[in-house]
Amino acid sequence: MDRFRLPPAALSRSRRRFVQGLAGGALAVANARHFSWAAGGPATAGDAGAVLSGTEFNLEIGALAVNFTGQPGIATVVNGRLPAPLLRWREGDSITLRVSNRLSAPTSIHWHGMIVPADMDGVPGLSFDGIGPGETYVYRFKVNQSGTYWYHSHSRFQEQIGLYGPIVIDSRRGERHRADREHVVLLSEWTDLDPEHIYRTLKRQSNYFNFHQRTAGDFINDARKQGWKPTMADRRMWGQMRMNPTDLADVSGYAYTYLINGSTPAGNWTGLFRRGEKVRLRIINGSSMSFFDVRIPGLKLTVVAADGQDVEPVTVDEFRIGTAEVYDVIVEPKDDRAYTIFAQSLDRSGYARGTLTPQLGMQAEVPALDPRPLLTMVDMGMGHNMAGMDMSGMDMSSVPDMDHGAMDHGAMTMEHDMGAPPHHAPAEYGPNVDSLAVQPQSRLDDPGVGLRDNGRRVLTYADLHTLGGPIDHRKAGRDVELHLTGHMERFVWSFSGQKFSESEPLRFNYGERLRLVLVNDSMMHHPIHLHGMWGEVESEQGEFLVRKHTITVQPGQRLAYWVTADALGRWAYHCHLLYHMEAGMFREVHVERFSNEGAPS
Amino acid sequence: MTARVQLFLFCGAFGLLAASFALGQESHDPASRPDHSSSQSPEPQAPASAAPDVAAESEAAHVPPDPPQHPIRDMPYPEMAETMQMDDTARTSKVLLDQLEWRNTAEGSAAVWDAEAWYGGDINKIWLRSEGERVASTTQNAHADLLWDHTFSRWWGVQVGGRQDFGAGPRRTWAAIGVQGLAPYWFDTEATFYVGEQGRTALRLKTEYELLFTQRLILQPEGEANLYGKADPARHLGSGLSDLELGLRLRYEVRREFAPYVGVVWARSFGGTADRVRESGRDPSDVQFVAGLRAWF
Repeated sequence: MDRFRLPPAALSRSRRRFVQGLAGGALAVANARHFSWAAGGPATAGDAGAVLSGTEFNLEIGALAVNFTGQPGIATVVNGRLPAPLLRWREGDSITLRVSNRLSAPTSIHWHGMIVPADMDGVPGLSFDGIGPGETYVYRFKVNQSGTYWYHSHSRFQEQIGLYGPIVIDSRRGERHRADREHVVLLSEWTDLDPEHIYRTLKRQSNYFNFHQRTAGDFINDARKQGWKPTMADRRMWGQMRMNPTDLADVSGYAYTYLINGSTPAGNWTGLFRRGEKVRLRIINGSSMSFFDVRIPGLKLTVVAADGQDVEPVTVDEFRIGTAEVYDVIVEPKDDRAYTIFAQSLDRSGYARGTLTPQLGMQAEVPALDPRPLLTMVDMGMGHNMAGMDMSGMDMSSVPDMDHGAMDHGAMTMEHDMGAPPHHAPAEYGPNVDSLAVQPQSRLDDPGVGLRDNGRRVLTYADLHTLGGPIDHRKAGRDVELHLTGHMERFVWSFSGQKFSESEPLRFNYGERLRLVLVNDSMMHHPIHLHGMWGEVESEQGEFLVRKHTITVQPGQRLAYWVTADALGRWAYHCHLLYHMEAGMFREVHVERFSNEGAPS
Repeated sequence: MTARVQLFLFCGAFGLLAASFALGQESHDPASRPDHSSSQSPEPQAPASAAPDVAAESEAAHVPPDPPQHPIRDMPYPEMAETMQMDDTARTSKVLLDQLEWRNTAEGSAAVWDAEAWYGGDINKIWLRSEGERVASTTQNAHADLLWDHTFSRWWGVQVGGRQDFGAGPRRTWAAIGVQGLAPYWFDTEATFYVGEQGRTALRLKTEYELLFTQRLILQPEGEANLYGKADPARHLGSGLSDLELGLRLRYEVRREFAPYVGVVWARSFGGTADRVRESGRDPSDVQFVAGLRAWF
């Protein structure tokens, strides 16, 4: 327990705490020798229960009165905490978690990135029936992995309103990349709005939260700078597509207050260090709808793990972290000064902010938000469907022998020339898909919209090399190609043009090694999460790159990864943007010994 | 489970030969893992491993999960959606009071409304539209359409239903068929064709655009035209193009859902309808100032 010694009690308050945000500007401090995790707000420091370790856990899901913005709200939390307690496990242990529901609604907990039996995975409707009000579900599994993970509700919008927390698993062999001290940095959002209201609002007016749209003034400025003709051509192109180049996030800082470990920017979560120490930051994106661009001005970030898996250390200035992704970085502050952890949202509508400091009370400058980026032709999969309704460039007759749903049964194998135009499923030509990539590109070395050529060294997937090689050396027996599709205007999201309600489960033959090819036809980033099995991202040369549980596919990108279907049962496969998932961007993956179809060749 | 880890390590150390041995062991060893789900989950079979001479570290370290002890039953989509609390077929609704305004017309001040509401899923919706005006305590040029809206392409929906005219003059009932959607360059567009009693036909065309001056100050140009197949003197309508209205409304979105506005509308009647207007001593062309509220929920 000494290892998890907690910060001084000086800042603690009652357990039923009100997490002050802009109103309070209170300080949360993390200061353990080896490990610390001062969860949000003024009250958590020194608060027993912020970290739970061992093999037996009792988690109670209930409501908590909170106040992040000056407006009181009710969060859904674990053990009265937002974020939920840090669960510290040891690789090799068999653990038991009793999760009790004190809400009036059903609930669930999913252990994100954990390889556990299907009935322990926590997805209502696929793993189990969920946890009804007053009920307790006992999760039991053996921990066979190590690293940083997280857990969250898989029921409705509970994840949005506070039901998420970190998991740290100590390796039996000790850390490969040693650090003198570590902090969990859990990024998330708070909203005073009812998530049900947010979802309805997106269905009614999908650009509701976008207050960065192009105006008449922008048009005049652009025309002055670039000339009338190119400006007109640009507006004509977007107008024909009925797309919006400022559509970077569906829900913005208009609704969200961005949090680090439950602290608002004003609350300024603070982690301590001593000069010269190696400090490991376990950075988790536990938000529901936000991508963050993370940097610590003045410090290099050495990325040592991605999604819990150790990687060859790579040193960068900045990285983008998709919803549900996890990066462990090591920093070595050389000076006796404070540093700002700055995590701006992709659409630059706000930021989460915390401080690393050798001494309480010190702060560093908070950088200005970067300029708002615009989506470009690259983000549209190059050619895009410029003529709107005209699909002559993508004649369906050129699609070889593809019957409806073939993709969805995963029975389709095709040659993949990364430069070739993609094949779109028939359903993609239906009313619920507003764009089709004409020439999606791999672009694994593309830092993404808003980070290109910003003068900083920005992490890309091409920089990530998981140590120890893939978990399976066989070649993939077949390809399963899925397209990430949607209709921004009507807020409908799907895989290959089919919403979850319209789709059949993807069937993976037990034991097979297959290759999932994702083509992002939409103009948004999608963090795609397969439950129960790792995804091993393939380089452009077809070599193993990085093992992840959540894989971000950029707009207009084509990305392939290998999966070994060694996990029997029914699993969720979905976009981890919560409202995209609810709107249909979800599939069931069924791993079974299917005798007839999908057998590895 | 430990047996399995050992097997994998073993396999790592002794390469292919050992791997095949391990496979044999695995397949002969179903009893080590209680299986309560014979029909749902066949006994697990270790993934065939074409391990290289020395298996990768992660290959050795990765431990696949046990099969579920209690696999969930199959359920139809509605039950699944209920259990998951996630339903992409759920219906939503919207009520939009696009124009709720006061106008200074040639006849005096008028209260004018133009509203719509819908309820339904992503593809099929019930759509209600109504517009009309109140001048000197009488309702004029009012109608309500009740339509089934079916989205058939990316940007367009077909609408089928009926329309009821009300207010001054005899009531007319029509069957309606039309399209509505988003034309290129973001023009929100409706075109509806009506067939009424006694061979009456009508066509209503409407389009709207939004021009942002700031994120909240928005200019909304709008155009609407009504055409009739034959004259309806009782309702003061001639045949052909009957009326055209072009409006410019500048609104300020206090919230997205709540936006007061001011604007100007040029209304002009044509043909037989214009003749009727002239007969009553008014000018068929009228420039009106408007002030109102746009709201939705």
